[in-house]
Amino acid sequence: MCASHPNDRCAAPLIELTGITKTYGRGASAFQALRGVDLRVDEGEFVAIMGPSGSGKSTVMNILGCLDVPTSGTYEFRGVHVETLSRNQRALLRRHYLGFVFQSYNLLSRTSALENVELPLLYRGEGASTRHTAARAALASVDLQGWEGHTAAELSGGQEQRVAIARAIVTQPTLLLADEPTGNLDTQRSREIMELLTALNRNQGISVVMVTHDPDMAAFARRTVHFVDGRIECADHRREAE
Amino acid sequence: MVWSTIVLAVRAICRNLMRAFLTILGIVIGVSAVVSMVTLGNGATRAVSDQIARLGSNLLMVNPGQRLGPGRDTAGAPNFKVADATAIETQISGLKAVAPSVSKSITAVHMANNWSTSVTGTNAAYFQISNWQLAAGRVFNETEEKAGKAVCVIGDTVRRELYGRQNPVGDKLRIKQFSCEVVGLLQAKGQGSMGMDQDNTVIMPLRTVQRRLAGNQDVSTLLVSLQDGVSSDKVKNQIEQLMRERRRIAENEDDNFNVLDTRQIAETLSGTTRVMTMLLGAVAAVSLLVGGIGIMNIMLVSVTERTREIGIRLAIGALEREVLFQFLVEAVVLSAFGGFVGIVLATLASVGLARVIQVPYLFNPQINVLAFLFSAAIGVIFGYFPARRAAQLDPIEALRHE
Repeated sequence: MCASHPNDRCAAPLIELTGITKTYGRGASAFQALRGVDLRVDEGEFVAIMGPSGSGKSTVMNILGCLDVPTSGTYEFRGVHVETLSRNQRALLRRHYLGFVFQSYNLLSRTSALENVELPLLYRGEGASTRHTAARAALASVDLQGWEGHTAAELSGGQEQRVAIARAIVTQPTLLLADEPTGNLDTQRSREIMELLTALNRNQGISVVMVTHDPDMAAFARRTVHFVDGRIECADHRREAE
Repeated sequence: MVWSTIVLAVRAICRNLMRAFLTILGIVIGVSAVVSMVTLGNGATRAVSDQIARLGSNLLMVNPGQRLGPGRDTAGAPNFKVADATAIETQISGLKAVAPSVSKSITAVHMANNWSTSVTGTNAAYFQISNWQLAAGRVFNETEEKAGKAVCVIGDTVRRELYGRQNPVGDKLRIKQFSCEVVGLLQAKGQGSMGMDQDNTVIMPLRTVQRRLAGNQDVSTLLVSLQDGVSSDKVKNQIEQLMRERRRIAENEDDNFNVLDTRQIAETLSGTTRVMTMLLGAVAAVSLLVGGIGIMNIMLVSVTERTREIGIRLAIGALEREVLFQFLVEAVVLSAFGGFVGIVLATLASVGLARVIQVPYLFNPQINVLAFLFSAAIGVIFGYFPARRAAQLDPIEALRHE
């Protein structure tokens, strides 16, 4: 069993996955996407998950993000067993602690950047003025002042991803999950996004878990976890130089 | 949560105005069709019953021949005489008045104007029986009736065509070879229940028409008005009995005359218009149904389209019930707005059309409420259930949806 967490650090665990498996389908056509994953992420960490296609990186992200439930194993989020929570409780966990950045941005089309960023605050029940202030601040932090009124269709890919990041951080989440955030962007834009994520991690203390297949992007993270065939590969690249 | 959901719903509607417009279009058309058709139908029914009321209620019409209507068989059925009217008046109780009458089509001439109209010869009781009011002048008196003097009372159409803006009372009118003094002008009644112009008439003493126009002693119709509270069936039977005696009809022979009760006509006619209203309403209901199917389609398509959006909302922490509530609010807002616009359009259309086809505009709250509720129900049902299906998906599945 190889260590999938930085056991020499004395930080509190934010996430602890133990023996997670995930099987899609049933019987003969069943496909085992995860075959027993143990992963620990501490508060304030920046972890990159790498691996070839079909190795289960996205599946583990979806489970981390409470969008999907594991077939077996336990998932503790700050000591809470997520696998025992109901659909609504998981939604509330997403609402209050998690921020998502998707490869395909997933912004609401025909909706202004500001409204997109306000959306999580609306579900949190914040008042209009709080929403506006926070959403503007979040857009400013991703360097998008002046673009508040533009709809997703009027923005470039990099800008869209930055709006998506603004939407993810506007609630000041505990954990930011980014699934191939730079997958659709060129190198220059990708670097900007990564610098943004790094800054958020350092300055605001937001823990980040990011899936990527690009080693250059993974290099921004403090730790890289390699997935192969539904398992974590033993080589654990700790990044000491910071 | 409620307020923020309403904000979300309104934003979602504004984001796609075209879709919203198409969605409500079906409802608008359906609701306005049903409401205006039923409203106009009700107006038409009211118009018919009003006209029958103007014709005179509690009125029996005795005509020679076996039946009334187009192609009525008068062959071999002798006309009445004045004596028949007198006999009814003296031998049957419970009557208000009896008016024998005979009508002829003639051309009336005044100065350079001439006008085709019909002359009715009758007595002074006719005005009361037929619910005529005088606009000016007087009706002819008994002396003039007995003497068969050339005096007449004219309807409003005849006045308009022959005299224009002049006052006809006291002026002369020429009919065939004789000249006739206009002593009175009738108030306009408007269109009759069969669509004829009731004001296109000239009324003269019976004897004048018999002597100067018909050249015989015949009477074609006996109008009998009943006192209030008298059973028209009973009087009808008595008149039939009396006429059979007077016309010497054998026991085994059919009547060669008929007695018509205006109440019966009224019932038949309002029955007919009611059926027409129901028919129109049914046709319009089909259009409401078709509108409903349109909404259903657009709602289904839009929810399928929006599955991704539902996935995004779920992923950033919306509860299933919040997403559902948003779609429900959207559906209610759209259908209620559609229903409201439909009712407004229907009101405008029915007020306008009622004026064109000359029926009164009657506001019918039931049909408005019914059409509104129906449209709202369609919108809610077909907006809600597909959305529920989408909201129950795993967020990740909804997100993958293209």
